Amino acid sequence: MPHDGNAQPDSTGAVGSTPENAAAEITNALPKPGAEHGPLVNVRDDNDANNGLDVSRELTPPPLPPRPGQLDLLGDRDHGSLQIRKKASRPQLQTRPTTALSRADVHTQNHRDISGSRSPGSRVLSRKQSYATLGRKGSDLDDSGSLRSYAPTNFGDETESLLGVMNNQHATTPAWQALSAQLERDNPFERSFHTEDFFAIRMQHEFDEFDEYRKDGANEEQLLNEWRARLKHFFILSSSGKPIWSRHGDDQLISNYIGVVQTIISFYQDKDNNLRTFTAGNVRFAILMKGNLNLVAISKLGESDGQLRTQLESLYMQILSTLTLPSMQKMFSNRPSTDLRRPLQGTEVLLDALADGFTRGSPSTLLSALECLKLRKSHRTVINNTLLKTRSPNLLYGLLVGGGRLVSVVRPKKHSLHPGDLHLIFNMLFEAGSVKAGGGENWIPLCLPGFNNTGYLYMYVSFLSSSGETAEERPTTPAGKEDELAVILISANKEGFYELRQMRDDLVEQLQRNGSMAVIRAAVRRGHPSVQEIVPGTVLRHFIYKSRGNVQFTMPSFEPHFHGLVARRRLLSLYHALHASIHTRTAHLKIQHCVSHDAISLAWETPLFELYCVAGPNASRDALAQGANKVIRWIRREEERVFIIGGAVF
Amino acid sequence: MAARPPQQGGRPGARFAQFKLVLLGESAVGKSSLVLRFVKDQFDDYRESTIGAAFLTQTIALDESTTVKFEIWDTAGQERYKSLAPMYYRNANCAVVVYDITQASSLDKAKAWVKELQRQANENIIIALAGNKLDLVTEQPDKRAVQTSDAEAYAQEAGLLFFETSAKTAENVKELFTAIAKKLPIEQASQRGMRAGTRQGVQLGGRSEAPGTQTGAGACNC
Repeated sequence: MPHDGNAQPDSTGAVGSTPENAAAEITNALPKPGAEHGPLVNVRDDNDANNGLDVSRELTPPPLPPRPGQLDLLGDRDHGSLQIRKKASRPQLQTRPTTALSRADVHTQNHRDISGSRSPGSRVLSRKQSYATLGRKGSDLDDSGSLRSYAPTNFGDETESLLGVMNNQHATTPAWQALSAQLERDNPFERSFHTEDFFAIRMQHEFDEFDEYRKDGANEEQLLNEWRARLKHFFILSSSGKPIWSRHGDDQLISNYIGVVQTIISFYQDKDNNLRTFTAGNVRFAILMKGNLNLVAISKLGESDGQLRTQLESLYMQILSTLTLPSMQKMFSNRPSTDLRRPLQGTEVLLDALADGFTRGSPSTLLSALECLKLRKSHRTVINNTLLKTRSPNLLYGLLVGGGRLVSVVRPKKHSLHPGDLHLIFNMLFEAGSVKAGGGENWIPLCLPGFNNTGYLYMYVSFLSSSGETAEERPTTPAGKEDELAVILISANKEGFYELRQMRDDLVEQLQRNGSMAVIRAAVRRGHPSVQEIVPGTVLRHFIYKSRGNVQFTMPSFEPHFHGLVARRRLLSLYHALHASIHTRTAHLKIQHCVSHDAISLAWETPLFELYCVAGPNASRDALAQGANKVIRWIRREEERVFIIGGAVF
Repeated sequence: MAARPPQQGGRPGARFAQFKLVLLGESAVGKSSLVLRFVKDQFDDYRESTIGAAFLTQTIALDESTTVKFEIWDTAGQERYKSLAPMYYRNANCAVVVYDITQASSLDKAKAWVKELQRQANENIIIALAGNKLDLVTEQPDKRAVQTSDAEAYAQEAGLLFFETSAKTAENVKELFTAIAKKLPIEQASQRGMRAGTRQGVQLGGRSEAPGTQTGAGACNC
C-alpha cells in the first residue's frame, strides 16, 4: 500500500483545504455531491454495498497526483537507503542488491490501479514529523475536526432525504420503531449466516475438493457445474498458453477455459492493446500480464479491479519467490514452451493458500499491511534489545511472530521489509500447513521478490509451542494458529543454518530469562480485544485502522458480531467496497459513509491513516462518527503498543 | 561429523554418540513420512510437500548402555532443490535413500542419489536403501512396481543396507534406523565424546560454540 507521502501536519485538509474548510465542504457537499469541490463525502443508500463504487466513479473529480509507489515497513523513511545499488554496501550478500526498480516491478501494493501511474519521485512520509504532530493537542483537533463537525450538524431534513426511502418513510411511524428495535438486536450478518442464503451456501462450498474426473466423462457435467458455481477462480498460464496453475479443477476440467482465456488475451495482444479487465454477467475478469506469465482472476465477490490485480501480483510474487526472476526468464528464453509446473512442483499449496486467503478476504492483503501483537512499549523494547543482543553476524532479518501477528523485527538499517514479502512468508508458515506439520526446524531457500527478485535468501524457522515449554525443548505437537509462536531468521548465507539455530537458542533462552516470553504468550492468549473493550458502549461492530506510515493495521476481534466464514466474508466485502471507493483513481473521497440494509459504514482517509468502521443498520450516523473518533483517540493513546514503530535496527 | 558428548555425565561405561543423517530421494516417495513415523510415531494420510529442508532429532537406545542420537535432515525431493543437497549430505555419517516400491522410476532416482553420495559424500558414509509404501502392495499386490529381489540385489552390489518400509503401518521403520545405528562407529565417536566430556564442567559455552548441538533435554530423554 503506498502511504501517502505527505508530511503535512493537517491531515484531513490534504486536498488543499484547511480542516475548517473541509468540514464546510462536507456539509455543503451532502445535498449536492457533484459540487465543484468534488465529493468529499459520498452518502448513498444502496442495498448492495458493492455497487457503491459506481456512484463515486460517476462523479469524476479532477485527478489526484499519482500516489507514491514506494513502500517500506517499520519506519525506514530514508529513501536513498532503500535503493541499494552498491554491492559494496553489503558484501556478504550472495544475491545482488535490490534496486528501486526491481521493487517497483513486483510491487503489489498499488490498489488504485494499474498502469505505471506511480510517480518515481514519490514524496516520503517522515515518520518523526508526522508522529510528533499526532502527539500534539492542536493537530489532534485538526485531524478529526472535520469529521466531528460534520457528523452532528447535518442530520436534518436534507440528509434524511439523501439517506433515502427507508429513513424517510418509516422513521416516524411506531411500527417502524418497533421493527427497528427488533432489528437492532438481530445481527444481519448472523442472520444471513443462518438462513438458506444463496451466497452463504456458495461460500461454504467454495473450498470443497472436486470429485475425481471419471475416465468415461460421466460426471463431467456435474463437475463443470460445480466448477462454475465457485465464487472465485485463479489461473496462471504461460504466454504461450500452457496451464501452470489453477485454484479449482484439474487440467481436464479446465483446459477448455484456459484455451478460451488464452485466445481472448492473445487477441488483444495482437492489437498491441492489452486486455486488463472485462465483465461477463456478474463475473469480473482481471488479467495481469507479467513477462512470460499471464495471470487471470475471475471473481463474483465484487472486488475492484485494483484489488483483483493486487491479488494477482501476490500470486506472481509467490512464483518469483520459488524460482527467482532471472531463472524463470532463462527457462522461457531457452524454451518458450517450458512447462513451468515441474519447477514449481510442491508449491501449488502455497498458491492455493494465497488464493483461498483472497477468497476468504484478509484485511492484511486488502490493506497491504501487517498486524502486530499488542504489547507495552517497554516490553517491546526489551524484546527488541534481546534480538539485537543475540543477533548473529550473518542475520539479515529476524522476526518473532505470535498468533499470526508480528511481535518484533530485527533488520539492518538499510533494508526494510516489504509487506508483500512478509505476506508470502506468513502465508507459507501459517496458512499452508506443510512447514508446521513437519514439527522440526526448517531451512528454506526462498526469494523475497520485494527485497531482491534475482536471488535466494535462506530462512530458518522454528515454531515454539506456546504452552510454556522450556528453552531446551522443541515442540512436540504443532500448536493451533492462534497461539503459536515462531522464530524466523533470514540470512543470505546458504550455510547459515547452525549459526541461526544457535541464535534461536540464545534468543529463546534470554527471552525466557527476562520474562518476555511470558509477556508474549500472555498477549497471544489474550487475542484481539472486542470493540466494546476498546470503545465501551459504541455502536461500532468492527473497525480496521491502518497506519499508513507504519504500513500496519490493527482491528478488534471479529466476535461476537461476525462469526464464521460467511459473516466475515460479508464484512470483508464491505471493507473492500469502502476501500475501493476511497482508492479509485478518480476519487477524491476523504470520508465515505455508506448505508445498506445490513450495516452502515464509514471509510475515512487521511495521509496518516485509513479507518474503516461498521455499525448495525440502525445505528445513527452520528453515533458511527462518534465511534470513529473514539477509535482514533484510542489508537493515538495506544499507538506504540498496537504498532511496531522502528523495530530493532542495526 | 563429530559425535557429541553426553550432556550430563551418564552412567559409567555408558556410550552416547550423535550422528548426522540425511534423507534423499524423489519427491513424494515418503521421506517426511518416514521421519515423522520415526521421530513422533505419527502418520498423516495427506501430507504436503516439504519446502526446503526440515531438521529433526531423535535418540534411540541400542542397548542398556548405548544411545545414539540422530540429527536428521529431511530434504525436499523436488528437482529445484537439487543444488542444495551437498550442503545436507556433506559431513553426514549416514544417509537413507528412499524410493517408492509402486513407482519404478523412483528407484532410478534413488540409484542416482546413491551414486552421488558414494562419489561426493563422506568416505565412510553408511547408506541405507528404503523401499517405502509397503502397505500399498500388502493391500494390492499388483501395485508393486519394484520387486524386492531386484532392489535387494542392487543394494547388496552397492553395499547398502536395505529395507522395505511402510511409514503408514510403521513396518520396518524402527528397524531401518536401528540397523543404521548399529553400523555406525559408536565406539570411536563415543570415545571422542568422552574426551570432550572431561571439559564439560566449564563448558556451558561449549554448546554455543559447537554448531548443531542439540540442547540438553533431548539427550536425557532417551
